[in-house]
Amino acid sequence: MSIIKDKNSIIRMFNVSKRFGKHYALKNITIDIQAGEFIFITGASGAGKSTLMKLLYLAERTSEGQILVDGMNLARISSSRVPYLRRKFGVIFQDFKLIPRKTVYENVALVLEAANEKPGIIKEKVLKILETTGMGKKINVLPPSLSGGEQQRVAVARALVGDPAIILADEPTCSLDSDSAQTILDFLLEYHSRGTTVLIATHNLQIISNTVNGRCISLVEGALTGAAKLL
Amino acid sequence: MLYYFKRVVSDILSNKFLNSITIATIALCILVVGVFALFFENACRIIQSGEQGGKMMVYLGPEFNINMLPQLKFKINALGETEKIIFISKQDALKQLKKDLASRSSFIDSLKDNPLPDALRVIMKKNVNKLETIKDLAVKIKKIPMVEDVEYGERWLGRFLSIFSLFKMTGYAISSLFFMIALFITANTIRLSFYARRQEVEIMRLVGATDKFIITPFYIEGLLQGIAGGIAGLGILFLFFLFLSSGVEKNIPLYMLFNIKFLSIKYSVIIIACSAFLGWLGCYLSLKQFLKY
Repeated sequence: MSIIKDKNSIIRMFNVSKRFGKHYALKNITIDIQAGEFIFITGASGAGKSTLMKLLYLAERTSEGQILVDGMNLARISSSRVPYLRRKFGVIFQDFKLIPRKTVYENVALVLEAANEKPGIIKEKVLKILETTGMGKKINVLPPSLSGGEQQRVAVARALVGDPAIILADEPTCSLDSDSAQTILDFLLEYHSRGTTVLIATHNLQIISNTVNGRCISLVEGALTGAAKLL
Repeated sequence: MLYYFKRVVSDILSNKFLNSITIATIALCILVVGVFALFFENACRIIQSGEQGGKMMVYLGPEFNINMLPQLKFKINALGETEKIIFISKQDALKQLKKDLASRSSFIDSLKDNPLPDALRVIMKKNVNKLETIKDLAVKIKKIPMVEDVEYGERWLGRFLSIFSLFKMTGYAISSLFFMIALFITANTIRLSFYARRQEVEIMRLVGATDKFIITPFYIEGLLQGIAGGIAGLGILFLFFLFLSSGVEKNIPLYMLFNIKFLSIKYSVIIIACSAFLGWLGCYLSLKQFLKY
């Protein structure tokens, strides 16, 4: 694993491309994201937003180019180090990815258990984050019996419980009503205010317009078309 | 470790059907191997008890006299394979012959001289059951002065020992075959169990779980399944044994059942340990291909 630290950059992508067969999902992406930034990645469906996110936590490998995350070169990271890379991220998946046969509490606790946290600390942190996300009364409920909005809250709680350095949210509000969407966005803004880097992939312009101090990166057919500072 | 056990218990309870199938499969295979082991262990015991002290008759020349006996016994004992040496004088041998022939002994009475030689009955040690060893011993004894001939039922013994060794080899082959069958079925059921949880495993990996964190409960589960299957298989075998020994006793002469016993603790522990290893190995074979980034 090579370590290259550069000022406050937490994510750096150099000419990154991702190809599935002959089709390019991402083409020559070069981005520099500073620690503590709030980034929106926008674009139509199929623009490559989710793929870009997946490259960061190594759900997919790049076809060309290099990515540095907190100084780690993802092209050279060994399989045994991948879990440790993933612990730097709190990922809110588009399809929630909750384990149906585990309770709300168990789903959220999984992140800390995987990181070998002590049982006492796990209990304290999980109960606290579930209270914060408004799921404190449903800790023993199984995900299939929750509404979409509630499942999203659990997914957010799971992403935040490990106090990650970077939060990746892939379409976190796509299946939610506007109130629930705003609640989720407020959680993310709160974590951002504590210094966490947040990347949100979305095509919901409403939530972008409700956010200040962010940066918007646009993708069209896998290519970067521009970056704008939100005021 | 406590956390892993909690996960294992929860996994077993949530996948009762698949776990039951795995345990039942292992139990059936252990039952088959156990039946064979039971038969094998008892047969060995019976063979050994029949074979106890393999015998050899050493016929002595006419120059032998009773004063030479201690020296002769010493020489044979020095060869190291004998348990006991019994002297049978020619007079005793004749008496025994008369007794054996009973009604037809009159022709013996007509003999002027005793035609039988003095002899020694040599009883060998229990562990002397290889034909080659017995042959070697016979050759060495035959070289001793005063010994005229040695008789040890070479043809009968050779046949007996080769049947015994064939029986042993068949036992190993059948046990290995059933072990392989059980391993194959166990590996596949564990693979199915893992496959049923692939979504969960994928999520665990995405939130930063290491391979060790993911697979440890599967290994514990495999071991527990193996142990449970082994105990269940032996349990069924024991019930089967009880049923047979109580039901058939009335119809089969008592001496046939007299020596039949259930597997020894040593054998039972070995079978359960093999069964646990089987569960672990099945788990190892099915999981190693799944955990690749």
